[in-house]
Amino acid sequence: MTLDSKIPEGPLSEKWTRYKEQQKLVSPANKRKMDVIVVGTGLAGASAAATLGALGFNVDVFCIQDSPRRAHSIAAQGGINAAKNYQNDGDSVERLFRDTIKGGDYRAREANVYRLAEVSGNIIDLCVAQGVPFAREYGGQLANRSFGGAQVSRTFYARGQTGQQLLLGAYGALSREVARGSVRLHTRHEMMELVVVNDADGTPRARGIIVRDLVSGKLERYAAHAVVLATGGYGNVYYLSTNAMNSNVSAAWACHRKGALFANPCYVQIHPTCIPVHGDYQSKLTLMSESLRNDGRIWVPKDKAVAEALRKGEMNANDVAEEDRDYYLERRYPAYGNLVPRDVASRAAKERCDAGYGVGTTGQAVFLDFKDAIARLGRNVVEQRYGNLFQMYQKIVDEDPYEVPMMIYPAVHYTMGGLWVDYELQTTVKGLFAIGEANFSDHGANRLGASALMQGLADGYFVLPYTLQNYLADQIYSGKVDSGSAEFEEAERAVNERMQRLLDIGKAAEGEHGTVDSFHKRLGHIMWDYCGMARSREGLQEAQKLIADLEEEFWTKVRVPGGTDEMNPELDKALRLADYFELARLIVADALQREESCGGHFRVEHQTDGGETLRDDDNFMFVAAWEYEGHGNAEAMHKEALNFEHISIARRNYK
Amino acid sequence: MTLSNMKFTLHIWRQESAKAEGRFETYMVDNVSSDCSFLEMLDILNEQLVNDAVAHPVCFDNDCREGICGMCGLYINGRPHGNDDGVTTCQLHMRRFHDGDEIWVEPWRAKAFPVIKDLVVDRSAFDKIIQAGGYISTTVGGVAEANSVPVAKHIADKAMDAAECIGCGACVAACKNASAMLFVGAKVSHLNMLPQGRLEALDRVRNMVVKMDELGFGGCTNTYACEAECPKQIKRQNIARLNRWWLASRLGRDRKE
Repeated sequence: MTLDSKIPEGPLSEKWTRYKEQQKLVSPANKRKMDVIVVGTGLAGASAAATLGALGFNVDVFCIQDSPRRAHSIAAQGGINAAKNYQNDGDSVERLFRDTIKGGDYRAREANVYRLAEVSGNIIDLCVAQGVPFAREYGGQLANRSFGGAQVSRTFYARGQTGQQLLLGAYGALSREVARGSVRLHTRHEMMELVVVNDADGTPRARGIIVRDLVSGKLERYAAHAVVLATGGYGNVYYLSTNAMNSNVSAAWACHRKGALFANPCYVQIHPTCIPVHGDYQSKLTLMSESLRNDGRIWVPKDKAVAEALRKGEMNANDVAEEDRDYYLERRYPAYGNLVPRDVASRAAKERCDAGYGVGTTGQAVFLDFKDAIARLGRNVVEQRYGNLFQMYQKIVDEDPYEVPMMIYPAVHYTMGGLWVDYELQTTVKGLFAIGEANFSDHGANRLGASALMQGLADGYFVLPYTLQNYLADQIYSGKVDSGSAEFEEAERAVNERMQRLLDIGKAAEGEHGTVDSFHKRLGHIMWDYCGMARSREGLQEAQKLIADLEEEFWTKVRVPGGTDEMNPELDKALRLADYFELARLIVADALQREESCGGHFRVEHQTDGGETLRDDDNFMFVAAWEYEGHGNAEAMHKEALNFEHISIARRNYK
Repeated sequence: MTLSNMKFTLHIWRQESAKAEGRFETYMVDNVSSDCSFLEMLDILNEQLVNDAVAHPVCFDNDCREGICGMCGLYINGRPHGNDDGVTTCQLHMRRFHDGDEIWVEPWRAKAFPVIKDLVVDRSAFDKIIQAGGYISTTVGGVAEANSVPVAKHIADKAMDAAECIGCGACVAACKNASAMLFVGAKVSHLNMLPQGRLEALDRVRNMVVKMDELGFGGCTNTYACEAECPKQIKRQNIARLNRWWLASRLGRDRKE
């Protein structure tokens, strides 16, 4: 299989314009006859469904929650990047593009990233028009703040709830289309299977999905001319992550099983500022926005004995004198200080904790201190900027961060990998598109803060509505898709069989058994220990064995109560976990083949003397796109070479 | 001070389906850490129920578990989201309870929020209210440059105060009339206060209020239980603004208002 990324000809800054000028369009009368399925209602899905509906397409949109407004984009805190240069601090499309490529450690596709930077300004214009209440200066102009990996202030924000406000904007636009009748909304529905139908000329095309009504448990069929997947990332394979409980990979994985290649699965972002783990009952980890690093200073004690005393509770953070504190990010990276990219900050925290300087009862935490900011700005200003985050911290940890420094530790947050897509955001299955976190395209090996919101909305509002038409223009002759065909029949049968198989295990297994969550936790431990912030060849090989054994145990001992024809969250979780096992194996295989360190992927064998990532551009400047080869079989890897024509490649340096 | 082995007696509302009759069932959980969230405590109970195979696990809605998605919402000891202020159920921690407490857990109770199963209710009525006008009509291709319309900081801040609503429905559950006026008032305030939302302000309030009544939500009792129980501390001033806009729309004041 050769991967054609379909990057348009011409200079980088003209590619997108040229594409739009030359692409095919669908006439208004034909748009009404074209059915499009959008799965997911986060920033990418909601904005895509709303925009496609407004254009006149006939859209069915699905979400697993009880309302589109609950998609996990809602939890994004800090902000959204855009190259507006409102601060007159030297920002530009070119600079946002370069920061993103560099932040991604030169593992993203130039043309996609440039387009992202190019449309970033339009996003802000649109969101303001939708009534998103971004922070303002006293003169009424939009305010900005700084984020990691940039030396300009280009992040727009709405207190600590930027994702919420942007999602409510997209949800409003979507709701308007639902009222107009162009979009049909299906809440509490989960995609179970992709339906691929061969054309008259034998070309396989995505023509529909099988969904499960999570209330009645019944399977339903939906047919369409194209399917858009906007189902987010797969961080929950680690069990503990900052993702929502219901975020899962299954819809994307169903596409993968049907021929969509899965790219760069080992690129997982571990976010440096999360509330540390405190018990085995814990169901998720809570992020403290990166924006806190604007004003907070990260430190551990210089002296191990002091760290020990802090861990035992014999002294507290405020007792540590200024000269006894090691502001290790400021020390190691004077140019960017506390605002180094996430992967760099996370590894630096792990390095200090592993060396014995960690604090908190477990020793797996560092301080994020606002003492200086409060002295400099006053408590009021700090409260205005971060009030809701401080409140959240206080409720969870039961300590007042205005008085004592926060404790933080890295946690799994975002997944840069995802379904492989070309420049048009189309996967390797024709008619199947993937947008937002569900695709792999823009962030390389590490995503910069405030860029996920930018990408989700860029894809949904400004990119997909164009590229999808280029595909649909050729489909106007195909007529209504029939959901009664043998392919739909077969897809539905496969889903029923999978569900029944899971339910039967519990009935058959006498005695020893485990709950879905107990298996998920064990899988999460394996992934975190062997395929987390630091990875080694031996560790990854060990993980392969452990995952295979655990998967076998799962398929013989998991107990799933209830049946298929009712609301049954245990069954929902079991179906998702079954896919996580396959994904986990692929992540480890990908991490094993990538004999270099880049961005969030850190192989201990490949590092500089200073402990920084060491890329191998000669051998690994490619996207690894994996092809499913059947359950239990090793997947086949295909390479898409990354050609950097515009930017000069350099070692990332934040010192 | 963290306690690691708290014990609770839970009286939980169980109901097979929308049409079935519901009842309280009693369960015991122990070895609960005081750092555990309320939902994590229910996870522990559900693990226990699956392991012992005595009853089906309890269904309850939840997702982000960090207080922002608005999916969770339990009526705990007679209060929406329980006995802490300014938090959702997922942010309520067991340190707010005493070891040995009896805890009563119910779903939201409102005509417009029918029970689906156990503690899960159907809040799609909120979506329908938003569909009636809870947005500003825009076209992706045709908007002005973002800074071309300055918005005074205090207006943007007030709009943001109202926009923080997470749509969980605690206001409805707290109200003896099951009124949605705080929810609707917050959305109307957020959009109508901004210059971008002014053009559609009167239509918006009219359509949303009519839809709210049609869906079976009651009128405001003026007791402000909604404000007291709102996890995002949305203010009752939003109801006053809603009434003002509603009056303006009834008086047929022109759209320049």
